Amino acid sequence: MAQAKKTERPDGRKLNETREMEAKVGIIKRADGSAMFRMGKTIAYAAVYGPRELFPGFMQNPEKGILRCNYDMMSFSVTERKRPGPSRRGVEISLVTKNALGPAVNLDQFANTVVDIFIIITQADAGTRCAGITAASMALADAGIPMKDLVSAVSVGKVNGRIALDLVKEEEDLDGTTDIPCAIMSRNNEITLLQLDGDISEAELIEAVELAKEGCHKIYEIQKEALKEKYKEIKNE
Amino acid sequence: MNNLDMREYIINLLEHGHRIDGRKLDELRKPIEIKVNVSKNAEGSSNVKIGSTEVMAGIKMTVGEPFADSPDQGVLMVGVELLPLSSPEFESGPPDEWATEMARVVDRGIRESKMIDMKKLCIREGELVWMIFLDLYTINDDGNLIDACALAAISALKTAVFPVLEKDKVKFGEFTKNKLPITKIPVTCTLSKIGPHFIVDATTKEEKVSDARISICLIENNNICAMQKGGGSGIEIDDLKKVFSIVKDKTKELRSLVTTAAK
Repeated sequence: MAQAKKTERPDGRKLNETREMEAKVGIIKRADGSAMFRMGKTIAYAAVYGPRELFPGFMQNPEKGILRCNYDMMSFSVTERKRPGPSRRGVEISLVTKNALGPAVNLDQFANTVVDIFIIITQADAGTRCAGITAASMALADAGIPMKDLVSAVSVGKVNGRIALDLVKEEEDLDGTTDIPCAIMSRNNEITLLQLDGDISEAELIEAVELAKEGCHKIYEIQKEALKEKYKEIKNE
Repeated sequence: MNNLDMREYIINLLEHGHRIDGRKLDELRKPIEIKVNVSKNAEGSSNVKIGSTEVMAGIKMTVGEPFADSPDQGVLMVGVELLPLSSPEFESGPPDEWATEMARVVDRGIRESKMIDMKKLCIREGELVWMIFLDLYTINDDGNLIDACALAAISALKTAVFPVLEKDKVKFGEFTKNKLPITKIPVTCTLSKIGPHFIVDATTKEEKVSDARISICLIENNNICAMQKGGGSGIEIDDLKKVFSIVKDKTKELRSLVTTAAK
């Protein structure tokens, strides 16, 4: 995005600007790895348990460990109460999250085990699956799972006919908005999550994904910083 | 160390008035942190940390038909979700008996103390009343989830506001400045029994070797509004006296934290 002039986004951001971000690693002591990621008003917590023995046994893979993912939202994280427990939306997001993170992890050394990722959204303002993936990726690294890269995720879209980065709920809810959640590994720019709903041309899609790539690179820096921060603290103790 | 060795070790320390983390038997962990309004889409919310135990509470409100046996009163529903994110021992799925027990203990403390004036939640008798959904989520389990949940629950209720109501429908995401009709602050304190000893605010390690537990909810005048004896073993009448004097002290300490944090 060459143009960086002020627009009338609800929070006054430029089209190629993400919301204010915050990342913290090691927030859940019982977990093997954990992280919090905040994108504006969207907050995701993630915890990783494992590699641990997988039950029932027939689900085990004797060649490598398997990855499982569970995404959910707190009932009060959204304006209209979400009933606790699984939903069709949650099941699908859990699946695409697992697929977004899978290419980054290497579980070859962990035959017959499972690595469980749990994501919970405590406050939602659009982009929750992306915040969840970003948090989970840091939690995996914190748990010491072998990874070839961190995964960073952000949503891009077309709002009022213009391509914009990191939509908020107000933009997502507008008539005619196209929403494209993306997850990218920054080192080789491999896209591991790509979903779209809306109506958009091929040229616009490419422009949007390029913008998501830029956004993910920024998130990547924040993820690395947060991981270093935790181990800095440990060193000082 | 297996649980039997751990139990022996813990009891040995207790004999000498010590605990594995260096606390006294009747000492709460420090710091206890209470944060309110932590989730902006909720009518009320809180985050409570007792040591490394952490829970979140949130309130969503709507309107609906009252129960037939209380046509002039609002409805309160309390749920606890033991997130598998918060402990390797919790599994996904519907609330198990432990989550259900905890939700009901927290619920009873609020309900029986008459913390909320439920009659003021009536909009039209027999037709329309306010319904309060209070959901509790565990973030990290290092023991004493009951007290953490109860503390989070009252902090969220104390700071909750009504949503906007228009033509008998709630406008989701729009809030008034009107707080809930709160009359009292019930505070719960749980003691765990290990051998002959009673300790407050047990950690996971201590809970694992406990014989029994007793949760007591007190209101400001130290009257008891809810109680639950948990765990597999029994307790003696003489134990109760000892327990009450500790609970009176501890609930006072906890109540002052809530009053400061949740204005």
